[in-house]
Amino acid sequence: MFRVGISAEGADPCRRGNAGHIASGDLKGARAIFRRIFPILLVPLTGCSGVQSALAPAGEEAAGIYQLLLVMVVGGVLVWLAVVGLLLHAARRRKVPWTEEQAGRLILFGGVAFPVAVLLALLAYAVWLMPVIRPWFTQQAPQPEMIEVTGEQFWWRIRYPAVDGMPAFETANELRLPVGERVAFSLEAADVIHSFWIPVLGGKMDMIPGRTNTSSLLPTKTGVFRAPCAEFCGTSHALMAFSVIVMEPADYLAWRRAQAAGNGTRGSEGERLFAFHGCAGCHGIRGMTQAASLGPDLTFFGQRQTVGAGTLANTVENVTRFIRNPDAVKPGAKMPAFDMLPAADIAAIADYLVGLK
Amino acid sequence: MRLIPKEIESLWTLFTAPTIWALHFLTCYITAAIHCAKADTAASLGTTSLVLGMVTVAALAGIALSAYLAWRQWGFGSGDPPHDEPTRRDRLLFQGFATLLLSGLSFVAVLFVAVPLVFIEACQP
Ligand code: HEC
Ligand SMILES: [Cu+2]
Repeated sequence: MFRVGISAEGADPCRRGNAGHIASGDLKGARAIFRRIFPILLVPLTGCSGVQSALAPAGEEAAGIYQLLLVMVVGGVLVWLAVVGLLLHAARRRKVPWTEEQAGRLILFGGVAFPVAVLLALLAYAVWLMPVIRPWFTQQAPQPEMIEVTGEQFWWRIRYPAVDGMPAFETANELRLPVGERVAFSLEAADVIHSFWIPVLGGKMDMIPGRTNTSSLLPTKTGVFRAPCAEFCGTSHALMAFSVIVMEPADYLAWRRAQAAGNGTRGSEGERLFAFHGCAGCHGIRGMTQAASLGPDLTFFGQRQTVGAGTLANTVENVTRFIRNPDAVKPGAKMPAFDMLPAADIAAIADYLVGLK
Repeated sequence: MRLIPKEIESLWTLFTAPTIWALHFLTCYITAAIHCAKADTAASLGTTSLVLGMVTVAALAGIALSAYLAWRQWGFGSGDPPHDEPTRRDRLLFQGFATLLLSGLSFVAVLFVAVPLVFIEACQP
């Protein structure tokens, strides 16, 4: 009965034509939908490159993670293709049942031996890669120097140790590293849990109050990168990031020397107002005011990429905005608003800070 | 004294292999954790790895024995599953087969647990 129905339909040219028409109409509709959706499908791809992407590694650890990802994805795709192939085989038109013995063999090899071997291989590979992703740096000689980074709501305190006759110094929200040299970080938190993560350089490490975690990275490319806080830490968690600048070793040393020496006094009106209005009670500027440490150190602030720990570009307008009302820019920021100051004073201070190059 | 225990009918033999797996897991992780907590940071795992390697071999041997006993209980594979008749004999065979499969699973699991012994050489600070 069924067969007859099908052949009758096939014999009717009108119906067949109609069916063909519907099919091509469907295709056109699908194409239009695809054309509309395609750009949206491309959006996630924009995450594959750029200053904050683990898929564009610029360090040894990140390269290891990227390699692990590729191997796992390719391995997963191959297994998926095999399973889909098997599915198509099972659903093929002319089915010839397998003998019980054949089926038993398929289950033994395809269902037991193959998964065990593949999982063992992937597991061994991932564990073997672990020392690359998280180096046991304390065993290595010479020991890399430890840069101390502290997460605070919602900014980063960074302390460089004394080396080669250069004194230790503090800076904030911008980390500079030499290319091709291993560095180690001693990571702490002042208030709540934060997480230290430079996606282009390596994996993340939590910063936990009352505990010192360590992490080590080896940058392999120069450039300017971005590092977001990777553990929810309060209202402005999403606005807590720092810039990472990987430099040639010579430039890096010159930068350190300048930082350690401080930027001195400029004698400008903005500088006077900075001290007069009490900013110096929280912010240190080496060579100008005594080191206060409630807020981020502002020595050579003008060199920073951003204002507000990765929140806005570092321009006079944005710095003015931030000083007038930090909470409006960055909800919950721990700096009081200074909107009671004359606009001219704020502008002069912003000018001064952005000029600290 | 006999080398191979004689056949008994008990539900408890079903759990021999998974129990060895659990004990092996705990031994490996607790020993390594205590060693690294007491030693200096980044201390080598040298002897601990060796001892745990021997524990692993012993665990695998225990599981292999459990698998052999299960195979015997299953009549050395003479009959095919499912053993679902309401008879005493089918119950015995079913249990034997189930024990054999669990032994296989536990064997692989112990191997997986032992993978870090091969690749991880030192405690991480
Ligand atoms: C009570 C302490 C306190 C006082 C007083 C204070 N600040 Fe701040 N300031 C902070 C804190 C805390 C932050 C970090 C805010 C954040 O990013 O979450 C900050 C951030 C900043 C930043 C951004 C730093 C960066 O690297 O992004 C600037 C610029 C700044 N303050 C300027 C000023 C000026 C100018 C004054 C005086 C008018 C002032 N601050 C007064 C505590 C203070
Ligand atoms: Cu944070």
